[in-house]
Amino acid sequence: MEIHSWSLKELQDHLRKGDLSPREAVEGLDAAVAERDPAVQAYLSRDLESALRLADEADVNLPLGGIPIAIKDVINVEGQPCTCSSKILEGAYLSPYNATAITKLRAAGAIPFGRTNMDEFAMGSSTENSGIQVTHNPWDPERIPGGSSGGSAAAVAADEAFAALGTDTGGSIRQPAALCGCVGLKPTYGRVSRYGLVAFASSLDQIGPITKTIEDSAMLLQAISGADPRDSTCLDKPVPDYTAALGKDLKGVRVGLPREYFAEGIDPQVKSAVEAAIEVLSSLGAEMVELSLPHTEPAIAVYYIIATAEASTNLARFDGVRYGHRTAAAEDLMTHYGRTRAEGFGPEVKRRIILGTYVLSSGYHDEYYLRAQKVRTLIREDFSKAFEKADVLLSPTSPTPAFRIGEKVDDPLQMYLADIFTIAANLAGICAISVPCGFANAESGITLPVGLQLLGPAFGEEALLRVAHAYEQATDWSSKKPPLAPAKSGA
Amino acid sequence: MPTENFDVRYVAALVRLELTDEEASTYQQQLDKILDHMRRIDAIDVSGIEPTAHANPVFDVMREDEPGKSFSPETALRNAPKQRNDQFVVTKVVE
Repeated sequence: MEIHSWSLKELQDHLRKGDLSPREAVEGLDAAVAERDPAVQAYLSRDLESALRLADEADVNLPLGGIPIAIKDVINVEGQPCTCSSKILEGAYLSPYNATAITKLRAAGAIPFGRTNMDEFAMGSSTENSGIQVTHNPWDPERIPGGSSGGSAAAVAADEAFAALGTDTGGSIRQPAALCGCVGLKPTYGRVSRYGLVAFASSLDQIGPITKTIEDSAMLLQAISGADPRDSTCLDKPVPDYTAALGKDLKGVRVGLPREYFAEGIDPQVKSAVEAAIEVLSSLGAEMVELSLPHTEPAIAVYYIIATAEASTNLARFDGVRYGHRTAAAEDLMTHYGRTRAEGFGPEVKRRIILGTYVLSSGYHDEYYLRAQKVRTLIREDFSKAFEKADVLLSPTSPTPAFRIGEKVDDPLQMYLADIFTIAANLAGICAISVPCGFANAESGITLPVGLQLLGPAFGEEALLRVAHAYEQATDWSSKKPPLAPAKSGA
Repeated sequence: MPTENFDVRYVAALVRLELTDEEASTYQQQLDKILDHMRRIDAIDVSGIEPTAHANPVFDVMREDEPGKSFSPETALRNAPKQRNDQFVVTKVVE
């Protein structure tokens, strides 16, 4: 059996029927990773022994009983490394506790399996900012998998994971999911606890699922959602049955098309794939509504001011005293700090904490940070107005398919501008999902996945899943496998 | 124009980060360009607009003040680069 090609739901069915044991599932997955990961390099580490121990005691009747889930290496799992793909933590930190999302996964019976690569401290859109290794897109090893959750998305796309957790601060779940051809859901801010997630930008970060199907996304979201006394920003809202939202038709559903999200700068093949998806949704009964999100363009500036400001304070904790790397050569405290951080952080992290400190510094705070927070209010208001006219909004997830490794590393601003369609959801705190919607042809024989983004109002995950599921069922994009993971059956 | 006063070395010192000459010159150039882009928000009229600090604002989240389990000294110190007598060792602060 090629078990690794199964979806999370398929694995659950087989485990419950008794076709295979959780131990066999973990071993089968591990064998697939051993075979495929040298080419993809999605995983930073995996602890087979502890996964097998959990598998042996798993109860398959629990909601995710016996199912291995890959974990982005920014979420604490007790006793495991959590490097954040940074030299400052690599080999110098083992988590003393579980993140709440992990505690909830364990309560649902799931098995944390393997730690996936990412941009250092989740800062980036290509996973090239990893301080540890470069992850390759399973559809074309010369291209980036997206980021920052590039390892999680590449692992799911290459059938090296049944499903994975990622984190999304400005698109870091949705964009890699789009570029690798998987489903990525960024929950509403406050839907999933951030306790135990190493903070990048505290007012924007959310943990969410990267999966092969919409049903899997609903199942994983179900397991990790809900209030947490350890995170006061995690809201005490009832968690609905997300799988109950699936299978409904789209009659009467209003889909908003924000004018600004279809402006220039979109790759023509991405544009035609998204336009074809609009046709499909219309044919399923959805009603298209043209509308406007006037503050789309300034959202990038607002995002990079707020996110770097928050990062500069969050990353102050890496001081070489309580955990992580500490410089060997420091005779005084200032040198200790300055050199520890110079040796531990990579270029993008350095740029961002400098930028964040600058926009918060005396004399510039009002000009940059405070002003950005005010424009953030306008961005939220844009969405509030849009959701009066539409139940969900639709756009491309990324303006282009996966770009080449190395293509944008020297120009951080160009890299930032590619986040245009995803960052506003984080600023507004709403939910959004990326679903495979077709392919773009690169050079001879190479096809690259394209993602469709749906955005929903705060706590509107059911509407997102409903529309995304109807679309997925009407098309067959999700069943396509990259050349690294041929969709064949039999041993 | 604040951007013109952006001095990468001064800000790096504030954020406790040593930079090589090469890093300083590259980051100065890259961040000047990024700050220039960020100044586009100057054109937006924000008079009378309240700032948003959190997307879904909640205020005064209270819980019972009950003692709970916490790390043992061994657990808390396990990742410390240097420790002695159940304490973190820091680089000398006083002369």
